[in-house]
Amino acid sequence: MDRRSFLAATAAGAAALSVPTSLRAQTREAIRVGFPLPLTGPFSALANDLQRGATLAVEEVNARGGVLGRRMEVLFRDDQLKPAVGAQRTKELIENEKVQFVVGGLAAHVQMAINEQTKKSRVLFISVSQSDEISARPDTSPLTFHEALNPTITCRAVGSWVAQNLGTRWWIVYADYAWGKQCNAVLTDVLAKHGGTLLGATPYPLGNAEFVAHLPKIQAAKPDVLLSATPGADNIAFLKQVTSFGMKKQMRIAQPLQWMPVTKEGGPDLYAGIYAGINFYWEVEETIPSARRYVAAFRQRFGTPPLDYSSYGYSGILELARGVELAKSTDSDAVATALRAHPEYDHYKGKQWWRGCDNKSFQDLWIIRGREPDKVRGEWGLLDVVNRVPADEHLDRSCAEKGLA
Amino acid sequence: MVDLSLATLMTQLFTGLVLGMIFVLLAVGLSLIFGLLTVVNFAHGSLYMLGAYFGFFLFGLTGNFWVSLVGAPLMVGSFGLLVERFLVRPLYGRSIDDPLLLTFGLSLVLIEAARLVWGKIGVTFDPPRELGQAVNLGFTLFPAYRLFVIGVTAAVLVALWLFLSRTDLGLVIRAGSRDPLMVQALGIDLGRIRLLVFGIGALLAGLAGVLAGPMRGVYAEMGVTVVIEAFVVVVVGGMGSLAGAVLAGLMIGEVVGLTTLVAPKLSEIMVFIVMAVVLLVRPSGLLGEAGLLE
Amino acid sequence: MTPRFASRIGAHPVLAFLVFFGVFPFLAPYKALATQVLIYGLFAVGFNLLYGYTGLLSFGHAAYFGLGAYGAGIALAKLGVGSVWGGLGLGLVAAATGGALIGFLCLRRRGIYFAMLTLAFAQLLYFVVFHLADLTGGDDGLRGIPQLPARLPGLALSLDGSLAFYYFALALVGLAVVGLRRVLDSPFGAVLQAIRENGDRAVACGYDVNRVRLLSFVFSAALAGLAGGLEALRLTVIPIESLYWTTSGQVVMMTLLGGAGTFFGPFVGAATYLVLEDRLSVLTESWPLVIGAIFMAFVLFLPKGIWGTLTGGIHGR
Repeated sequence: MDRRSFLAATAAGAAALSVPTSLRAQTREAIRVGFPLPLTGPFSALANDLQRGATLAVEEVNARGGVLGRRMEVLFRDDQLKPAVGAQRTKELIENEKVQFVVGGLAAHVQMAINEQTKKSRVLFISVSQSDEISARPDTSPLTFHEALNPTITCRAVGSWVAQNLGTRWWIVYADYAWGKQCNAVLTDVLAKHGGTLLGATPYPLGNAEFVAHLPKIQAAKPDVLLSATPGADNIAFLKQVTSFGMKKQMRIAQPLQWMPVTKEGGPDLYAGIYAGINFYWEVEETIPSARRYVAAFRQRFGTPPLDYSSYGYSGILELARGVELAKSTDSDAVATALRAHPEYDHYKGKQWWRGCDNKSFQDLWIIRGREPDKVRGEWGLLDVVNRVPADEHLDRSCAEKGLA
Repeated sequence: MVDLSLATLMTQLFTGLVLGMIFVLLAVGLSLIFGLLTVVNFAHGSLYMLGAYFGFFLFGLTGNFWVSLVGAPLMVGSFGLLVERFLVRPLYGRSIDDPLLLTFGLSLVLIEAARLVWGKIGVTFDPPRELGQAVNLGFTLFPAYRLFVIGVTAAVLVALWLFLSRTDLGLVIRAGSRDPLMVQALGIDLGRIRLLVFGIGALLAGLAGVLAGPMRGVYAEMGVTVVIEAFVVVVVGGMGSLAGAVLAGLMIGEVVGLTTLVAPKLSEIMVFIVMAVVLLVRPSGLLGEAGLLE
Repeated sequence: MTPRFASRIGAHPVLAFLVFFGVFPFLAPYKALATQVLIYGLFAVGFNLLYGYTGLLSFGHAAYFGLGAYGAGIALAKLGVGSVWGGLGLGLVAAATGGALIGFLCLRRRGIYFAMLTLAFAQLLYFVVFHLADLTGGDDGLRGIPQLPARLPGLALSLDGSLAFYYFALALVGLAVVGLRRVLDSPFGAVLQAIRENGDRAVACGYDVNRVRLLSFVFSAALAGLAGGLEALRLTVIPIESLYWTTSGQVVMMTLLGGAGTFFGPFVGAATYLVLEDRLSVLTESWPLVIGAIFMAFVLFLPKGIWGTLTGGIHGR
């Protein structure tokens, strides 16, 4: 193939790709929800979970006749875990695909960029990312809702439980970026309130999972509990290195947050005996009716039980549907007002509610512990539920602390 | 404040040594490829990643870590031969940017292919039982596996040095890195040599990957930042100097290790600070030659 | 598109640029993408001035893009500068100053060492901005940039709408393109290309090569800074990644794809890269694989980049 015809072929291909999608035959009556999420990159497994949860939710909504008699559609877009791309995709969804609402974001910094665009276009945005800032000044807005947990809530919940049950001499290892720093600050504060001793705190650059340097020092200090705010693949590297030094036998290890896909990747040998906080673990279906229904439906649709992030996707979409039904309108302001007027809901794990000042969702979370390898039940029965932490507005900062009335 | 007892310091030096060894494996490969082929191999990080994944694959197949250790680098080396033959060779004689763009595209393809084949979550494989303990070095307990990494890397580097300095082929490779035109003028077919060198560079990257896998976990993006650090090491050591790559790799490994202890927030940027300082003081890196590649 | 047509375009670059980009928002899949192409095209043009025309490869050009963005952003969000022009102006000054300082330090070396030094300084800047979180927002990015109208004597043009912002950006990018064309056609431009072809000879001819290189660096940084400022206004948020080496890598790829050392190459490269990435990522999750394969194909079959091949290397290297 010579160069000229190669160019011609590519030009034709590019032209075909660049035809605006709105020209293609499409139903315009459906209620369209944009969903930017990191389908490529290190957290794509979590993104796929979000996608599955959202897909199940949409199918359930449409199966019962849609919302206001209209079908619901979710348009997933890859934000590549980059804020600039997240912002761009949101613009595309709003401008080109004419979505009425946006749910999504996984990384905190990406969802803030998404939020800027939705605020500008006056589109309701439900964030499913772990972030303290999204529900506070200056980022929040009457149209910004936050479905997921945040570092303050998880660290206060897990920190309090750990201080009361595992010991009060701590060492904290945390990733040196917003989420990690917030975890460190909140955990330190919680420990002080319980009269404990912080023996040391070690930051490390996110993604640079070399901890061996610090471990002898930590061992020498003899903490009761080693707390780690080490996300994703860093968590596995951290636990491997800690294990190789024999530290699992010398102290307890706890982490404010643990992700199911990462737990599975690391394996029960690695995660046995590790304590953590999580927003949802499927075995709680044994005691919660809405969870039983949710887990069964998810199992039937996908063949596996739902995971932590699947549930955020699921709940986010269902809340949108509920809001539209209540408002009898797809206008974002009307839906937001309706949700605030009827803040309580229960889609998959028990009662949740929106707080009026910051549109923050308050919800139960659980303290779990990794099961020993011989006690694991099937592919996903990796955890023991140790404690339920009921939803409590005191776990988060107050409205005043967030700069809101 | 930081407790800088002798024990802590010694532990740090060993940790830095392990880090440095991985850097050296990558930098030597990069340096060989750049020196002889004048190719900036952006895909080097992906070859490292492939080494880790092939190691996992072979381990799953045979249950034997030693098979992984030997097999994975050979697999990556062979893959390197294919890459040179079919993708890089057509670019000789063209602008120096072309291999850069090509290897960049290749790394995108390889990373995505790894996710498609082995899943998005990443995988883990562990060192054998014998190496899973911590060894008492007197001043601290240190993971046996990491000592093993130091040993293997040292052995491989010695073997490579012997090959380059004692064999005819090695001589041609070194000569070709210095002055490819002259070597060709002497009637030696550089085509096969280039093929071999790319293969060796790839093999070293694959070895680094399979060694690093049990320490850090195996995931598709593992090569992305590593390749930048490897480039920094090559430049600090001096382009075209293998001894420089070894020296710089060890030095930077130790510096990063010590920084992690004393000022952890700086450890990521330390690599670049060292490079800036070295380059501003010594124009061609530590052992590079003036006039090369300017 | 025959070489003759392409060379016709090459003969009237500014006119061609305005005509094409005048209608571009209606050709592109959506307007925000068109604006993005314009902005990154300008960024690539700035990079290309240094690389394609002066022969200096910079791996750290994100620094000037970022300085332009953060300069404008901090001015508007934190310092209370009430005008779009003030914000952009401050961003431009920040970028040019950064270019002068970093250029001065890096130009002491050549070749790959120069390139790696530019990378080192860019990463240093990233690190500093990352840790000055109170001022810059750190890794959460700088938010809270107000959406101000563009004020001219007697008018206040709202930049809220996508199309309005596009034409605002086009006006500024157009001015930059005109400026660049004048520079390249001037004696200074001739010296630049002489230096690129043979630096030693230029010295022998008596030109102050170091001064010319530094000036080129500063101008290149200023163009990148203008692009950064525009991006800050467009997104009203500045991600920290604007300063990271991946952004530097992107602009290198765009320029090489389009054709380094050509006037339009950077715009063509930016358009190709961004439109491809945008449309492919909607079609498939494995879009990096497709893009990577397309890059490799371009390199293997189009050595001079897209535009370089089309113009038959009239301005080519």
